[in-house]
Amino acid sequence: MQRCRYVHLWLLGSVLPICLISGVTSVNGDVALLHQESHLKPLSEFKSNLNQTEQDNGSRVITGISIVTFKWNHVKTPYLVALWILVAVLAKLVIESLPSFVTNVIPESALLIAFGWILGGIIWAADLQQTFSLTPRVFFYFLLPQIILDAGYSMPNKLFFTNLGGILLYAILGTVWCAATLGLSLWGCQAGGAMGALDIGLLQYLLFGSLIAAVDPVAVLAVFEQVHVNEVLFIMVFGESLLNDGVTVVLFNVFDAFVKLGGPGINAVEIIKGIISFFIVAFGGSLVGLAFGLLVALLSKYTKNIQIIEPGFIFVLGYLSYLTADMLSLSAILSVTFCGVSSQKYLNSNMAESSVNTVRYVMKVFANGSETIIFVFLGISAIDKTIWVWNTGFILLTLLFILVYRFIGTFIQTWWLNQYRLVPIALIDQLIMSYGGLRGAVAYGLAAMLDDQRIKEKKLMIGTTLIVVYFTVILQGLTMKPFVTWLKVKRAAVAEVTLVEKVQNKVFEHSLVAIEDISGQIGDNYLRGKWKIFEEKWMSRFLLTSEARKKQDYIFNVFHQLNLKDAVGYVDEGERRGSLEFVRNESAFIDFKKKFGDEFSEVMPDIMAAASDDPDAMRRNPVSSVSLQMHEKTMQGMRETEDIDAHHLLQQHLYKGRKQHLHRYSRNHFDINTDDNEVQEIFQRTMRNRLESFKSAKMGLAPAKTITKHTKKDQQQKMPNGKSTDTSKNYYANNEGFEFSEGASGLEASGGSFPFRVNYRAGAGIENPTFMPDQDPMAPTQIPPWQAEDEPDGSTVSPSQRAQVRLPWTPTNLRRLAPLRISNQSTDSFAQADTPASQEKDKKWPPPPPPPSDK
Amino acid sequence: MGASQTRTEKYQDLADKTGFSLEQIENLHKRFQRLSDNEETIRNQHPKEVGSCEEIGFEQFLMVMSHFRPPSLKTTEEEKEAMRKEKLRFLFNMHDTGNDGTITLVEYRKVVEELLSKSGDIEQETVKAMADAAMLEVASTNVPHMAPDEFYEGITFEHFEQILKGLEMETKMYIRFLDVETPTLSCGNSTS
Repeated sequence: MQRCRYVHLWLLGSVLPICLISGVTSVNGDVALLHQESHLKPLSEFKSNLNQTEQDNGSRVITGISIVTFKWNHVKTPYLVALWILVAVLAKLVIESLPSFVTNVIPESALLIAFGWILGGIIWAADLQQTFSLTPRVFFYFLLPQIILDAGYSMPNKLFFTNLGGILLYAILGTVWCAATLGLSLWGCQAGGAMGALDIGLLQYLLFGSLIAAVDPVAVLAVFEQVHVNEVLFIMVFGESLLNDGVTVVLFNVFDAFVKLGGPGINAVEIIKGIISFFIVAFGGSLVGLAFGLLVALLSKYTKNIQIIEPGFIFVLGYLSYLTADMLSLSAILSVTFCGVSSQKYLNSNMAESSVNTVRYVMKVFANGSETIIFVFLGISAIDKTIWVWNTGFILLTLLFILVYRFIGTFIQTWWLNQYRLVPIALIDQLIMSYGGLRGAVAYGLAAMLDDQRIKEKKLMIGTTLIVVYFTVILQGLTMKPFVTWLKVKRAAVAEVTLVEKVQNKVFEHSLVAIEDISGQIGDNYLRGKWKIFEEKWMSRFLLTSEARKKQDYIFNVFHQLNLKDAVGYVDEGERRGSLEFVRNESAFIDFKKKFGDEFSEVMPDIMAAASDDPDAMRRNPVSSVSLQMHEKTMQGMRETEDIDAHHLLQQHLYKGRKQHLHRYSRNHFDINTDDNEVQEIFQRTMRNRLESFKSAKMGLAPAKTITKHTKKDQQQKMPNGKSTDTSKNYYANNEGFEFSEGASGLEASGGSFPFRVNYRAGAGIENPTFMPDQDPMAPTQIPPWQAEDEPDGSTVSPSQRAQVRLPWTPTNLRRLAPLRISNQSTDSFAQADTPASQEKDKKWPPPPPPPSDK
Repeated sequence: MGASQTRTEKYQDLADKTGFSLEQIENLHKRFQRLSDNEETIRNQHPKEVGSCEEIGFEQFLMVMSHFRPPSLKTTEEEKEAMRKEKLRFLFNMHDTGNDGTITLVEYRKVVEELLSKSGDIEQETVKAMADAAMLEVASTNVPHMAPDEFYEGITFEHFEQILKGLEMETKMYIRFLDVETPTLSCGNSTS
């Protein structure tokens, strides 16, 4: 179902930009993404064409000559766009299917560019002219936003904000430094005569420097995602590349304005204005993004009833924030970044889990798709004779300066930063950081935006930018991985989430805040603590739904995740064994598979054996069938009736817990039933049920039915039993025992150990005479196949453990049952679980293990 | 506090012991005096609570603080390892309220409870469940094959070290102590 939704959304999503692009292309013919000059016609002509074809169409229908008409012009633009998207995506497919030694060595982005070259070459050979190129408008409005939004949305917030100081330093100072030094050096070289006669002034050089200074998030992500460096290094490079995009665009605009003003027009006032505008643009953009982010968060609080389109909000509003910032001539990139960063937390907790997943997937689809398209088109752009104005000096010097100044800048800044950092950035990390300064499509987009009226050497600049992009993405990207391995850069640990660690992390956090507080230092931790309090008090209240607030806690999330993982692992385990039955029954029972996995391997064969012994089991034989689908089909009829029966029974007989926390349905829940009223209610209901069945038995109801009913009950009952041995935790067997009379004996056996037992005993003592007789004769007959096998191999696997494997639970009634699995056992479960008392109890407990008939 | 001569000597002594610089000690001392109302010691204001110590002097205060001192660039790997162990020990003792060398389930629960229940949105039993799950995790990592009649008493220090092996301590247990005094705002006695 969910898949289905993704597909729909994906389709919708891919159609939308196509429509948008087509709209744009038809309105602004000159900025078409894929303009085929020979075919491009003004809008009016296009329309008349369209009318004509329609008329043609109409007349033809009337005459009945032609059924199908060819309306190329009608669909041309969207068709081409779609086709190109398809080509780009196919390119990715082809590249991914290359042998792994290629993809391991060469980064994907480089391969995509190479693919673009080949493609461009083919087109060029066919047409003898460059027909496709990446235009700035398409790039900035339709390809870039989703990538940035995705980056912001999946930003590891905490990491980002802890290192914000460093990131800002690199992003702002580093970029300015690179732009300034590059511009000045190139100008100096030209003055020294290294590049021949070029018509470029100092301002133009600075403009060029500013457009090429920024590290590109798309390129950086593409390379660094494949090289798993440690997270601090990653966030430094990634954060820098994200933020300095905003910075470089701002810088570009400022210098562009200066160039327009011309040399003499610039005075101190203008420069100061430029600096001020720089900050206003950057911070204004961030603020706009923040506002939009909070708006999305607020909206998501109320979208419960329109879950289907819930995921759409972030996309639309993220895009709007981009456009709004652009409209106000603020930094659009920063805006959409912060929109993602600020909203992610609230969205993730407010929306339904499926929506959260949908957003995540769709984001990735968009971002990955655009990234692919960008790289392919960067490659295709190379096949344009007109941009290749070769100037060896200029190109080589640019490359050299970019590398050198990047290194120098990073080292100086890191040295400064290390004075203030708790954990200094190591030398090796600095090297990688400098080396990871990849340039990308943003630089190319900006270069293409240059005004060739004022900048005579625009073509040279575009060509150089492309070469720089190719050089950094391909060569540096290629060497990055060996470099990282060779330098032994600390890699990211692929750590499993363990609850203990998260708890400890939280302990660290709290104690740090406390110690800073006590020692009177106002440090990061202190501020973070204050922010947390503020957030909890105000932000959460306004932006989160009340349920979401509950789930907000970090540790709780991990707990939830672990539970989910266990459940999934369990299902997987079952499927691996090829048994759908196992899955269906087992999915109800989540446990530490690590701990008990080996035990199950012992259990499994037994189950099979037991099942086939059973008369009823014959029809279940396809259990071991490999094909799940087939199996399901054959089973459907039988199971349906059974399920209905089981559902009915469960609904009838099991007490529905008051506190239904569906989100935490596993492991061990305590104390849910400690409420006195609930206990009372259970008691009353049970009594009523018993009375009814007693009556019906007296009325002479068909005994067979009683028996089947009974077995089903028994099976539910055994599950708790199994659980009690297994997890050493769940003792809600008590409830069951309470409900089903035969539990009484079990209670007697282990009664003393828990306070609860005592409470229950009064109720349990009242036994239903109808049940006992039924049961007792059954016991000897049913035990053998199962228990007989059991006794010899002794204590390794207790009967109850086996029993739990055969619960007739389906995911649907699992939900209903969830609260019941909550045990009321409270304190030291380890101790009690493993004491001989419980062992003994387990042996006595299922007095007549019922026929595993329902298995 | 005696003559200034002995005072600097004393500080020097403390500096050697704790590794703080003299300025830092000076600052911390000021802070200490603010917290203690210019007394020699800080008293436990809730004497009924579980806490073995009734009052702490400045030296003890400094010792506790020194656990959070960041390593300098010059610290060697072994020293770092030792510091790490020390910090873990500190943390362990913080958990082990019973002082018996193991963190029992009850003690652990208390920790988790205090971490979580602040917001009030998570019920008690969830907290307990989490503590139990975490505890079971510890148990299953440390004693992978537990006989059925065994039971896990609690986390010993070795186990504690074991489970936190993967945890990056470097960023997590350090505070930057400034040389200059920060203007302490209104966080006076309430925080002690």
